[in-house]
Amino acid sequence: MNPALKTWAGFGGAAVLLFAVAPAALSDFRLNLLAKFLCLAMVAVGIGFAWGRGGMLVLGQGVFFGLGGYLMAMHMKLADAGPGGVPDFMLLYGNGVLPGWWEPMRSPVVTVLAILVLPAALALVLGYAVFRRRVRGAYFAILSQALAAAFALLLIGQQTVTGGTNGLNGFRSFFGYDLADPLNKQTLYYICAGVLLAMVAGVRLLMNSRYGELLVAVRDQENRVRFLGYDPALIKAGAYALAACFAAVGGALFTPVAGIISPADVGVVPSISLLIGVAIGGRATLLGPVIGSIAVSWAETGLSERFPSIWTYFLGGLFIVVVAFLPNGLASLTFRRRPSPATGKQTQPATSVDLPATSGGHP
Amino acid sequence: MDALFSQLFAGVSLGSVLLLVALGLALTFGQMGVINMAHGEFMMAGAYTAFVVQHVVSNAGLSLLIALPLGFLAGGLLGLLLEATLLRRMHSRPLDTLLVTFGVALVLQQLARDIFGAPNVDVRAPAWLQGAVLDTTIPKTRLFILVLAVVAVSLLALALKLTPLGRRIRATVQNRDLAEASGISTTSADRITFFLGSGLAGIAGVALSLLGSIGPTLGTNYIVDAFLVVVVGGIGQLKGAVIAAFSLGVVQATFEYSTTASLAKVLLLVAIIAFLQVRPQGLVALRTRSLA
Amino acid sequence: MPHSSKSTRRSAVTIALAAALALSACGAKAGESGSAAPAESCVDTSGSAVKIGFLNSLSGTMAISEQTVRDSLDLAAAEINADGGVLGKQLQIVAEDGASEPTVFAEKADKLISSDCVAAVFGGWTSSSRKAMLPVFESKNSLLFYPVQYEGLEASKNIFYTGATTNQQIIPGMDYLKEQGKSKVFLVGSDYVFPRTANKIINAYAKANGIEIVGEEYAPLGHTDFATIVNKLKASGADAVFNTLNGDSNVAFFKEYKNVGLKAETVPVVSVSIAEEEVGGIGVENIEGQLTAWNYYQTVKSAENETFVKAFKAEYGAGRPTSDPMEAAYTSLYLWKAMVEKADSFDVAAVQTAADGVTFDAPEGTVTVNGENHHIAKTAYIGKIDQDGLIYPVWESEGAIEPDPFLKGYDWAAGLS
Repeated sequence: MNPALKTWAGFGGAAVLLFAVAPAALSDFRLNLLAKFLCLAMVAVGIGFAWGRGGMLVLGQGVFFGLGGYLMAMHMKLADAGPGGVPDFMLLYGNGVLPGWWEPMRSPVVTVLAILVLPAALALVLGYAVFRRRVRGAYFAILSQALAAAFALLLIGQQTVTGGTNGLNGFRSFFGYDLADPLNKQTLYYICAGVLLAMVAGVRLLMNSRYGELLVAVRDQENRVRFLGYDPALIKAGAYALAACFAAVGGALFTPVAGIISPADVGVVPSISLLIGVAIGGRATLLGPVIGSIAVSWAETGLSERFPSIWTYFLGGLFIVVVAFLPNGLASLTFRRRPSPATGKQTQPATSVDLPATSGGHP
Repeated sequence: MDALFSQLFAGVSLGSVLLLVALGLALTFGQMGVINMAHGEFMMAGAYTAFVVQHVVSNAGLSLLIALPLGFLAGGLLGLLLEATLLRRMHSRPLDTLLVTFGVALVLQQLARDIFGAPNVDVRAPAWLQGAVLDTTIPKTRLFILVLAVVAVSLLALALKLTPLGRRIRATVQNRDLAEASGISTTSADRITFFLGSGLAGIAGVALSLLGSIGPTLGTNYIVDAFLVVVVGGIGQLKGAVIAAFSLGVVQATFEYSTTASLAKVLLLVAIIAFLQVRPQGLVALRTRSLA
Repeated sequence: MPHSSKSTRRSAVTIALAAALALSACGAKAGESGSAAPAESCVDTSGSAVKIGFLNSLSGTMAISEQTVRDSLDLAAAEINADGGVLGKQLQIVAEDGASEPTVFAEKADKLISSDCVAAVFGGWTSSSRKAMLPVFESKNSLLFYPVQYEGLEASKNIFYTGATTNQQIIPGMDYLKEQGKSKVFLVGSDYVFPRTANKIINAYAKANGIEIVGEEYAPLGHTDFATIVNKLKASGADAVFNTLNGDSNVAFFKEYKNVGLKAETVPVVSVSIAEEEVGGIGVENIEGQLTAWNYYQTVKSAENETFVKAFKAEYGAGRPTSDPMEAAYTSLYLWKAMVEKADSFDVAAVQTAADGVTFDAPEGTVTVNGENHHIAKTAYIGKIDQDGLIYPVWESEGAIEPDPFLKGYDWAAGLS
């Protein structure tokens, strides 16, 4: 089959699955759960791009996920408090005065812009600064991990303005729509599904673009790209910023879906957990990260409640085996030449992607 | 003046803890390029060894002295197992070692939870390590850990410098292919390096049992700090790790004294990120002509 | 791969987005009439059994503590079932793991209510887990029984608080220190909501009672290096310490405290998060003689407590101590039973109406539900940790203290909430 047609078919299949099958087959509760997983999958798409394609092991995506989530939560808290109002927790634990940097989030437009721009800009600046100094590989991974640790600690320590370990929760409305209404929750699911599909489509375009090829070139032979006159730092920082933006959007949608965002969702451990699905699914493929991350989340919810101990062994074991022996993830098992994202659950022809990449991140 | 002195010692002591924790990593990460996230769990294994030994030998002093070598063995053997089964095939993929060892860490933590139970356990300090030194505010346990750290680092440095084994390890680090061509078995050099590094984690675990309690998550509390010590110190040389550990300890304690513990940690992390902007290769770098 | 069909790809995106918009027929706007109606309850009480949910962390950092609460909930449920159940119906337990994460608590609470249709949920430990579950219980109009002492400043009609609020634990603790003539108190706590709120109250109390707060330090959760904080403590000249540290940090703190030569006789530490089962992990030798403030100890003398301790040890082993949160959890299930029987219905509204004045002869003594704020009246005990690892009461309040989560009855607390 023609690859373009195959892409089309895969995309259509995914859309049918997300927009028709899932809402019909799942209860309100399960659908909301799926919406949560889709939000995490958005982060995975970004990780897949930065790590699988760009070779940057991003261990601290929780920072951007949290930034997006907290920005959205701030807006929802302020909207619930009403014009001129102060969020409930500030009255309880603080002095009841709204800090100045909260003020702009009253506006829905500013909030959406901030979610799209702030994390990406931060990643771009930070990324360019460290990549320019040729900090890479393990150093970059550890640095991004330290960033996640610092961010979580900062949130916890500033209880009166961030909610501390409690995080922010108890939202009543999302841009004016009542969150207690099941119909609105369903709408939220459709938004998540639509955004995720759009992200996948966007990454697919980027992968095949000139930029996408440069990124892979930087991953595999940074010096040669530099000798050709390109600036590898800028290329990498761009991919890092895109991943940050995706993570922020995922976080921003996660907050109304889950009804809470807290430091437990942004620190070192959740940041690494976000990577697990990507690695298992296949980091360099298009749909591998998405399906891997949704499958891991789904299995975790289902299995961990019944067998918390066995689940940990299973997940840890699977992770070890996949990374050690199948660096391209389970995706590399299905088709030899064209790693397909299918993990067995999906039967329709899936999107084709480029040749399987070698493992990311050579020194 | 008294407070200043105690605070300075607190910093040095924190530095010695960091050094013990990071010394093994400096060896495995610095020399081999393996990013071992399970290093913290090897420490946990050492700490639980101290607990088990104390259970068998009820004399606290004797059990500590037995636990030190046994903890070294426990950590070392775990490391050896990890190297032989998984890491051996991953030399060309250093970043993936980070992920694999994270999986190993998950499994080891759950294993500890299933074997020893979720509640933390306690190891009694021997009588000769209780209280403060003479009339000062220096706790004897902390002095003991400081001495232990200094002894460990000196022995390791001497071993690397003077013994034939150390020469083989250094040769492998500096040029793997040339070492191989000169008849050095790099496989066994790697294996011994990993055994030593992991064993040091075990010793660190035994030492930590004197300061806090022992639980399945003991390692996770230290692993990020340990990596930061190695990164700031610069890879390839022990000297860097020593300087970095003590500087970070003193800086953290100073920040903590003038602000709060949470804020001190945040400030320290930010300072490290800024420092790596200035010196991405760390404090002490191996000079090479490679483009890396 | 040929660079073709860019336009088709773009149209795919457009179609997906259009579909999202088309399908998202708008639900109610916030504030619109009808939107506030609580979801229809799906609790099934027609059969011979009724479902209830237990939601505690069995994995993650809080598993250490919450497993003990789960054990005593299981014990209470087994006892009630053996005794004929509630309103003649056997209790069917749906057990969930909160995994020590607030997000998971919120998700699992939702599952228990909407998917399993339980009549009530028992569990939660950390403030963040309770805060995360609160909106779920309110919007789905279900009931949560929360068994742990906490920082007060809360009263939801959907939660029953069977642990102590601040005026039943923190304030008695300070009263005791004042009675002992202590005038310089040092505050140390973990960095989260309970210690910070507790210390805010203690500061206000101290100001009104002529006590000086000579230091206030917070350590990140899981912090294990207390050299600096203990240095500050020693330099402050404090004659007592109020400790709200959580979990592992206590071990490191008390080891350091002891090593710099501080002693329980001269600078006692009052702890509010160390119960019997933590003593073993900290090491008795490190905290012997220190004080705790709770509403129950294994050593409380009453016929009910004797029965409870005996039943618990028979079930889980002689080595397992009983503690305040375990007792509060055990009591919570019996209180719910009493409320349901008084209401003669499992219906949430009926139980809420019936709650006021419901009593239970608990192991800690007789407790009474306050229908207005959903807390319970409890007796406060200051205890001393003994060589055998148990805690013995050295002081008790005059009778049960009425719960006052917003401290309205204390003049000095004006402006705190």
